[in-house]
Amino acid sequence: MHSFGYRANALLTFAVTILAFICAIASFSDNFSNQTPSAQIQILNINWFQKQPHGNDEVSLTLNVTADLQSLFTWNTKQVFAFVAAEYETSKNALNQVSLWDAIIPEKEHAKFWIQISNKYRFIDQGHNLRGKDFNLTLHWHVMPKTGKMFADKIVMSGYRLPNAYR
Amino acid sequence: MDWQGQKLAEQLMQILLLIAAVMAFVVGYATASFRTMMLIYAGGVVLTTLITIPNWPCFNRHPLKWLDPSEAEKYPKPEVVAVSSKKKSSKK
Repeated sequence: MHSFGYRANALLTFAVTILAFICAIASFSDNFSNQTPSAQIQILNINWFQKQPHGNDEVSLTLNVTADLQSLFTWNTKQVFAFVAAEYETSKNALNQVSLWDAIIPEKEHAKFWIQISNKYRFIDQGHNLRGKDFNLTLHWHVMPKTGKMFADKIVMSGYRLPNAYR
Repeated sequence: MDWQGQKLAEQLMQILLLIAAVMAFVVGYATASFRTMMLIYAGGVVLTTLITIPNWPCFNRHPLKWLDPSEAEKYPKPEVVAVSSKKKSSKK
């Protein structure tokens, strides 16, 4: 500790180490937040339901997504990434997940929303298994922190069914 | 800085940084503001820098005791025999 440079180095190193600890504790404190998100998805209309030239089924839907994700935001949250996935089973795959829509929510105020939209990403099957198919619509979210661990969870809504014939 | 001063400066640095960190976290958590926590901690680091790095007088209260000149006389500097035969003799 006998020169400026020596003391400055020691101080800086210690300060950065403690900063790392503060960030770790801040991330750990996220475990204690009480999270009660809710969501509802309605299929307003099946716009069309076709078989593509290559043999894969494709559906176009109009969705109405209502969600309240405000309780997911903590002091350590930078943004929440939410997406809607259609999940169903076929004879070839036990689980198929097709992402239909997603959004980045940067602030708590924007986390309670209602949106009516046709699917942002195409709902295409691997094959032609979609006629009369029962599927779930799941709202997944990733809570991205300012520092530390990212949490991900979902709400599964079941009971949706595609028509038995192409339209 | 003398030895006592160095020890004091090091202890002060560690304690001040720890206190700044604890205060920053508590205030940040209470106000739910990450930005506040970072600002308080940065302020604490700057304050600690100002207190512990410069050579303040309070760190020089126990100056090192160098030998008195009379003591040094008993141990004269050795004579250097250089190639250019310049002889150095110790001056009193």
